[in-house]
Amino acid sequence: MIHSLFLINASGDIFLEKHWKSVVSRSVCDYFFEALERATEPENVPPVIPTPHHFLINVLRHRIYFVAVIQSEVPPLFVIEFLHRVVDTFQDYFGVCTEAAIKDNVVVVYELLEEMLDNGFPLATESNILKELIKPPTILRTVVNTITGSTNVGEQLPTGQLSVVPWRRTGVKYTNNEAYFDVVEEIDAIIDKSGSTITAEIQGVVDACVKLTGMPDLTLSFMNPRLLDDVSFHPCVRFKRWEAERILSFIPPDGNFRLLSYHVSSQNLVAIPVYVKHNISFREGSSQGRFELTLGPKQTMGKAVESVLVSSQLPRGVLNANLNPSQGTYTFDPVTKLLSWDVGKINPQKLPSLKGSMSLQTGASKPDENPTINIQFKIQQLAISGLKVNRLDMYGEKYKPFKGIKYMTKAGKFQVRT
Amino acid sequence: MSASSAFSDDKAGSASEPEYGHDPASGGIFSSDYKRHDDLKEMLDSNKDSLKLEAMKRIVAMIARGKNTSDLFPAVVKNVACKNIEDPNQLIRASALRVLSSIRVTIIVPIMMLAIKEAASDMSPYVRKTAAHAIPKLHSLDPEQKDQLIEVIEKLLADKTTLVAGSVVMAFEEVCPDRIDLIHKNYRKLCNLLIDVEEWGQVVIINMLTRYARTQFLNPNINESLLEDSSEKAFYASDDEEDEDKKAEAAALVKRKPYVMDPDHRLLLRNTKPLLQSRNAAVVMAVAQLYFHLAPKAEVGIIAKALVRLMRSHSEVQYVVLQNVATMTIKRRGMFEPYLKSFYIRSTDPTQIKILKLEVLTNLANETNISTILREFQTYIKSMDKDFVAASIQAIGRCATNIGEVRDTCLNGLVQLLSNRDELVVAESVVVIKKLLQMQPEQHSDIIKHMAKLIDNIQVPMARASILWLIGEYCEHVPKIAPDVLRKMAKTFTNEEDIVKLQIINLAAKLYLTNSKQTKLLTQYVLNLAKYDQNYDIRDRARFIRQLIVPTDKSGALSKYAKKLFLALKPAPVLESPFKDRDHFQLGSLSHLLNAKAGGYQELPEWPESAPDPSVRNVEIPDWSKCTSRKDRKEKKLDKPFYSDSEGDSGPTESADSESDSGSGSESASASDESGSGSESEESGEETESEKEEEDEEKEKKRKKRLDKTKAKKPAEESAERCTIAPSGSIKMYELLHRITGEGLAVEYCFSRQPFSPDPNMVAVQIQFTNNTNSETKNLHIEEPRLQSGMRIREFAEIEVLAAGESVTVVMGIDFCDSTQAANFQLCTHTRKFFVSIQPPVGELMTPVFLTENDFKKEQGKLMGMNEISEKLTLGEKCVNEHVIVERVTATANLSRVPCGSDKECRFAGKTVSSGCLVLVTVTTKEGGRAQLTVNCEKMVIGTMLVKDIMQALSQ
Repeated sequence: MIHSLFLINASGDIFLEKHWKSVVSRSVCDYFFEALERATEPENVPPVIPTPHHFLINVLRHRIYFVAVIQSEVPPLFVIEFLHRVVDTFQDYFGVCTEAAIKDNVVVVYELLEEMLDNGFPLATESNILKELIKPPTILRTVVNTITGSTNVGEQLPTGQLSVVPWRRTGVKYTNNEAYFDVVEEIDAIIDKSGSTITAEIQGVVDACVKLTGMPDLTLSFMNPRLLDDVSFHPCVRFKRWEAERILSFIPPDGNFRLLSYHVSSQNLVAIPVYVKHNISFREGSSQGRFELTLGPKQTMGKAVESVLVSSQLPRGVLNANLNPSQGTYTFDPVTKLLSWDVGKINPQKLPSLKGSMSLQTGASKPDENPTINIQFKIQQLAISGLKVNRLDMYGEKYKPFKGIKYMTKAGKFQVRT
Repeated sequence: MSASSAFSDDKAGSASEPEYGHDPASGGIFSSDYKRHDDLKEMLDSNKDSLKLEAMKRIVAMIARGKNTSDLFPAVVKNVACKNIEDPNQLIRASALRVLSSIRVTIIVPIMMLAIKEAASDMSPYVRKTAAHAIPKLHSLDPEQKDQLIEVIEKLLADKTTLVAGSVVMAFEEVCPDRIDLIHKNYRKLCNLLIDVEEWGQVVIINMLTRYARTQFLNPNINESLLEDSSEKAFYASDDEEDEDKKAEAAALVKRKPYVMDPDHRLLLRNTKPLLQSRNAAVVMAVAQLYFHLAPKAEVGIIAKALVRLMRSHSEVQYVVLQNVATMTIKRRGMFEPYLKSFYIRSTDPTQIKILKLEVLTNLANETNISTILREFQTYIKSMDKDFVAASIQAIGRCATNIGEVRDTCLNGLVQLLSNRDELVVAESVVVIKKLLQMQPEQHSDIIKHMAKLIDNIQVPMARASILWLIGEYCEHVPKIAPDVLRKMAKTFTNEEDIVKLQIINLAAKLYLTNSKQTKLLTQYVLNLAKYDQNYDIRDRARFIRQLIVPTDKSGALSKYAKKLFLALKPAPVLESPFKDRDHFQLGSLSHLLNAKAGGYQELPEWPESAPDPSVRNVEIPDWSKCTSRKDRKEKKLDKPFYSDSEGDSGPTESADSESDSGSGSESASASDESGSGSESEESGEETESEKEEEDEEKEKKRKKRLDKTKAKKPAEESAERCTIAPSGSIKMYELLHRITGEGLAVEYCFSRQPFSPDPNMVAVQIQFTNNTNSETKNLHIEEPRLQSGMRIREFAEIEVLAAGESVTVVMGIDFCDSTQAANFQLCTHTRKFFVSIQPPVGELMTPVFLTENDFKKEQGKLMGMNEISEKLTLGEKCVNEHVIVERVTATANLSRVPCGSDKECRFAGKTVSSGCLVLVTVTTKEGGRAQLTVNCEKMVIGTMLVKDIMQALSQ
């Protein structure tokens, strides 16, 4: 299926290649570079590029293109999903997935790629199995390996591959047994000029960090599971149990993993936690434009809106912006025309605002376009959909684990049109 | 040198690996180079390790001197990798095979083939999985091995483990995707295993099953499409003849059997549905395409939600999903309509995503939602991304052509855009307006005038060409402006782009024909310029047009018709989605995405006219027997399929998983079981197990051979024979005749819990004969049954020959009349007779019945009073949870679990085999390991005995 993989950095250098069948010449990437050149933005490279003898399927993550070479029919999502899994694994192993990290750990990278695909077909993609086979690098181990000349390849046989719960390592032991769950919700919204909501959806995830000894069997139940419109699970969740009782029952993988992602659709009323008052205008014949922006909290259930960041792509005609923030700092990049304002926390008593003028090219006519305003924010201890975890129980093991649940709401693709 | 590289690649190389550090010069190795390779080969093949080592050293020395030693390669590989292939540890066996199969050198093909064949019958599913992975490798190395490989694939397809399923289907797809016949027998099993297969395997299996279903089942929307067809005909039908046609068709429609979905078709749809919740986008897409291609119209809708969810994923995933959604929205617009807003475009989306979303929005537009969509489009036109604005304008154009009500609104909106400051926007609007105007030019001459004015400012060639075409086509609507435009264009002709030049010639010709007085000279001037143009197309066009329109004595008959040729009424263009008809490619495929067939793409077959024989998928082994075996094993280790364990109904459709396909008896099954779950501490034990397993396999092979023979001889008995092949590993075997009393003939029997097909009122008893003597035993049969009144027996067919050391299994049926009285009979060979008897435990006299909770309660209500027996008991130490209780009860009695809301209660139902009386069992657990057992059954004797047996099982 997957013949070869090339990693290409932002400046267009192939810095790593791996072949699972025969060697495919690097020159195949020329087609990719052509497509890259045609694309105006890095993210506009088509994910699938046909060439006379091969197909190139690529994903862009962390400013690195992962280009897979395919020779015959294969579902494109299969390859894309796999490539993303590769990136996730690198991140899991090295903390970050950057060119430097990959080059520093090139041996581990090759070992991982070798185990993840066999003859182009995915073999071991579960992080728990891989970690049994290939130990993640640590400073101590790197030092020891350099001195003794040993490798990161696990000494023990990877028995996890044989288990029917392949996502969990066997023989897990911890002195402190803990299970933490983060319920993180993101609001995707489009707000129109007049402030009314055009569309709003909540995308939520339950991320878990489980460090429990042995083979625990957990159940997690919600106070209001009916809220969830559409869900997707980690393979460990027993689907039938969810169908019948709306309870998440699972034997967790060891370590960090995403237990569940869910969707609360626009059919349910979605609370919008911030509002924006704006006045961005250009006058005909004048080389000045007005810029006024005020933020305020709306439906926040009494919680503080923090880490607010406003960004907007101003029209090409804008030369510079001379603005005055009531709090925080702003930057304007005259090349990309990107305005960003780091607001921080919204104080309901004193609403943050950014006011001032924009200078336009003299003689240029007034821009047609209206910029959109993108907003990022965080609200701690709140799941905006109202989702609440009812209880977490553990079966199968005798000890008492420490349990913790955290809620957070963030802005996803939160956009205000002007 | 390929050999040497392969050596160093070989991770699994163990003690026999050559020592690279050894200095070849010091060992006097050079002195031996007169020796021929044959000697080395002999040495490598010998039994002595020292000789082998010596040979290896020499080979290394030869390689070091650059000699070609490739002919020795197989012998070397045999020693390095093959040793490990027989390692007692399954993981080492597997990786040895992986290493061996990754060596891409044709010379080792025979070794590879052998290794794959051996690994395919390995008792470890993990090794079998590796074997499946090796198949495509060997196939690409040497396609001539195809036939042999197909045999291996066939064998592995029959495997019942989830670990193997994905990999073998992958091999199937790569080696022999057209051998649909291999799937029949495994179809139901694949459907049932699907949910427990790893994600990548799921994708491959689902895609393959989609193709399979298209060849085997009927179109679930068949009646609908037939109706559509006939109504369409009726619409156009004008005379009686066609009317009759219609009647005939209607009659055919009536005659046609009402569509009934094949249960196997339903099984596939039902078992794939939960996978829509997978976290893996490829799996979700695979299920979505399966539903799109296979499900009845009313059910396809469920995939929309999942696909919309994927839109939140990475942009590459979004891109692929949107492409597929775009195709789907053309055929099934309705299902995405509720999610319209999810396709709204954000300024931060990459352009390629924006354009695809636009496509979807356009496809979703209809009379009811068009006003919202147009309002949304209006904001898009103001975007800074000009490519996107251009696409939005086209989208507006398409909405306007498709939905008549909004045509004028759209047109007005587009005309406003003509004064936009961005030239691209104007140009795109011109092109779209041109297409819209073609639909009703009369009403819009003012717009045409407006556009004629634009020609001075617009520089985009396509837009200029469009305006010129428009003016030429509708020159009678703008009689005064048209000649003036031509005058201006004649002036700039030489500087125009080619498409504009062609349209200038076109305009000139049309004006010449309608208004020759004003434009004759202009036209000639233009044609003269064109005559000397650099582009030959333009020169050709000029020559052609001159001949047509300027009447000369030489010009032929055509010039008379020039006006008709040029100014004929032209049909308005149809603005179609580029995604129309893309669904003839299997959705989700690479070919669909590219709208071109990619190498290795398997066509999605059309539905068959009439369904092929559904019985090809019948397998005689009912799944539930395996279910029980699975449950038994659960006790030991947590090695059951994950999803299936928590279900209330372990019914026949449930996924059945058995660790080992060789599972010929309880012994081998348990052996495979232990090493299958492979905990590290058990390694010492594994060695003995694998020995045992080899023996078993040996036996198994022989038995199979023998079975094949009997099969060939008596096809009538085939079904009875075949169902004996896979008895469940955990079923208890009873002794019928001991090896010593039987003088070498050992006979065991078990209750296989399978329906006895020749007579449903009989209990199937599976009897296994093993000939431990050194000579053949002949004519094995039953004589003189002595039975209680009413009891009946159905003998197995006489076994003619049982060779020394072989064993054979047959099935006989006994109607015990719902009593536990023994059936006595004589077992005869050609020399001896043995008196034997079979006494059934009460639990084997029943067969599972599937009831819902409500049915159960209703039936229980009818069986109260005398028919209810209730006992209190204390649960045994091991009966800690529900699973164990279910396991114990189903092991004791052949019952099936009834789904139940409360976790304190387990319910089971069955009926007696002979008279069909219901048997209902309830186990209610209470605090402190206490429990209450209730049995409701009309036959009180059976009830009492059953209570006793279950009590014993639970309190152990």
